[in-house]
Amino acid sequence: MEERIGMESSIAIAEVVGRCDVDVVAAYPITPQTHIVEHLSEMVANGELKAAFVPVESEHSAMSVCCGTAAVGARTYTATSSQGLALMHEILFIASSLRLPIVMAVANRSLSGPISIWNDHSDVMSDRDVGWVQIFAENGQEAVDLTIWAFRLAEDRRVSLPVMVHFDGFIVSHMIEPILMPDHETVRGYLPPFEPLLRLDVDRPVSIGPVGIPDIYTESKFLQHKLVVDAYQPIVETLEGFGKYFGRHYHPVETYRAEDAEVLLCTMGSLSETAMTVVDRRREKGHKVGLMRIRLWRPFPFEDIYRAVGAVQTIGVIDRAVSFGGPPGPVASELKAAFYRKPQQPRLVEFIAGLGGRDVALADFERMFDVLLSTRKTGQVPPPAFVGLRE
Amino acid sequence: MYEIRFHGRGGQGAVTSAELLALSAIADGKSAQAFPSFGPERRGAPVIAFARISESPIRNRTAIQEPNLVIVLDPSLLRLVKVDAGLQPGGTVVINSQKDAATIRKETGISARLVTVDANRIAREEIGRVITNTTMLGAALAAQPLVPVERLEKELKGRFGRIAERNINAFRRAMRECRITDAA
Repeated sequence: MEERIGMESSIAIAEVVGRCDVDVVAAYPITPQTHIVEHLSEMVANGELKAAFVPVESEHSAMSVCCGTAAVGARTYTATSSQGLALMHEILFIASSLRLPIVMAVANRSLSGPISIWNDHSDVMSDRDVGWVQIFAENGQEAVDLTIWAFRLAEDRRVSLPVMVHFDGFIVSHMIEPILMPDHETVRGYLPPFEPLLRLDVDRPVSIGPVGIPDIYTESKFLQHKLVVDAYQPIVETLEGFGKYFGRHYHPVETYRAEDAEVLLCTMGSLSETAMTVVDRRREKGHKVGLMRIRLWRPFPFEDIYRAVGAVQTIGVIDRAVSFGGPPGPVASELKAAFYRKPQQPRLVEFIAGLGGRDVALADFERMFDVLLSTRKTGQVPPPAFVGLRE
Repeated sequence: MYEIRFHGRGGQGAVTSAELLALSAIADGKSAQAFPSFGPERRGAPVIAFARISESPIRNRTAIQEPNLVIVLDPSLLRLVKVDAGLQPGGTVVINSQKDAATIRKETGISARLVTVDANRIAREEIGRVITNTTMLGAALAAQPLVPVERLEKELKGRFGRIAERNINAFRRAMRECRITDAA
C-alpha cells in the first residue's frame, strides 16, 4: 500500500529509512541534511524505530561507526553533506574496499570557501573516486524510492558495495511536495533481510582490512575497479525489479523528448525538472531540443550515454562544480572521455551553473538552448561558460 | 500553475503558511510545492517563502520570481521590500495593514489588485499573540480560492493542536473582514 502525502522530502526519506528496518544510524547533523538525521533520532527516541542511533562527534566518526556496524552485519544508514562528506573522505575508501553495504544520503551542497550552505555538486565531485555506487534523485519521490533501492543494491551479494543517494540540498531536501509513501509491509516485501557476504563474528573469526603489500595491492585495485564496473548489471536489474514492484521506473540515463532532438542538454540532479519545462517551451516553438539526465554517476553508464546521444551532434553539459585549473566541468570531462573512444565525437558545450545556491532560472535554460542551437548551426564550440556570471 | 510568495519576518510563520497552503492543495489532489528562501534565517529579519499549486505535476524548482499572489505578513516590510516585484499581470497583493488601499497605493506605488486586512488586530484578539500567518491565509483565500476552506482548516487543526481553534477563528475572521480593491 502507498499513501499520497504532502511532506518535506527529508522527513519522507527518514520515514522510509525506518521502513527499511535499519539496525544502525550513525550520523552527525549538517545543513541541509539535518532534518533527516533529526527525524531518525526522534523515531528511535520515540520507540517507532528499533535501531541504534549513534550520535557521534564528527562525520569522520560517523563513517567509522558505519564501517564497524556494517562489518558485523547490521543494516547501516547515514546521511551527510558538503564539509561533512569531505571530513568522511578517507573512511569512504575503507567502506568501499571492505565491501560494506552502507547506504548514505548526500544532500548536495557546495564546499567552503567562501562559506556556503547552499546547493551545488562540489561535494559529489570531490568524492567521485571513492569506489561507492553513486546515484542521483531529482525530487522527493525519487529520493524516497532510490533510498529503498539503495539497500537492495548495496546488499546484493554480487555487489556488496556502499551506495550514495545524492539529491540537491534545499531544492530537494527542504521541499514540501506530494510523495507516494509505501507502508512498512510494502517496503519489507521488496527488501529482504540483510545477509552479509562476510561478517565479523567472534565465533568464526576473520580479519578484514589488513595491509596490502605491493605484491597484492595492484590486484586488489583491479578487482575493486572490476567490482564497481560489474555492479552495472545488478544495478539495471534491481532498478527494473523496483519498477515492476513499485511501478516507478528508473534507468542509469534517462532522456526527455530526445527522440528526434538535434541538440541535447545534459543535467544531473534536480535541474532536470526545470530543464524539462524549457524543453517543452522550445518544442512548442518547433525547436528540436531534448534532455539527457545522468542518474547513475558511478559506475559511469557509458553504453546508456552512447544510446541516449545516438546521432545527436551537439550536446550541452551543465556542471555544478569546478575542477579548478582543469577542463573545468567534471561531468563534461567524463562525457568527453567517454566519446574519445568513439570514431566520432559530438560537439560538447560546457556550462558551469547553479554554484553555491545560485538559482538557475528558466531564462538561463533558454539562453543555454540558444547557445546549443547556434553551435549546431555554426559548428563553432564556444569556450566553457559560467552561466549568469557577473563580470 | 499558481505561484505564491510570502513576505514575513523570521519567527512570524511565513514558512508555515506556505507549508499549510501546499499541504492543503496536495490533500485536495493537486500538485504543490512549499519551500523557504533557503538562508540562515534570523528572528525578526525579512524572510520569504514560496508555494506553487498546479493541477498537473510541477516541473519547476526555481525560486519564484514572477508570482501570481504575494502575501505580506508584516506591515513594516512595505518600507523595506518591493513586495510586488515581478508580480504577474492580473496578480494580487495581500497586505496586513490597518491602512486602506488608497493610502497603501500612495505610499508604496502598488497598482495591482489589493487585499488589505488588519491581521495584527485579528490575531491579537483571536489568538492572543500578533502572529499573523494563519490570519493572512484567510485573507489570501478570500482573494483567491486556492484550496477549499475545509482543507485548510483541517491542516490548521492538525498543525496547531490546542490552539487550532483560535487560529481557525482568526483565519475565518480575516476571510470576512478583508477588503478587496481592484487593480488601479
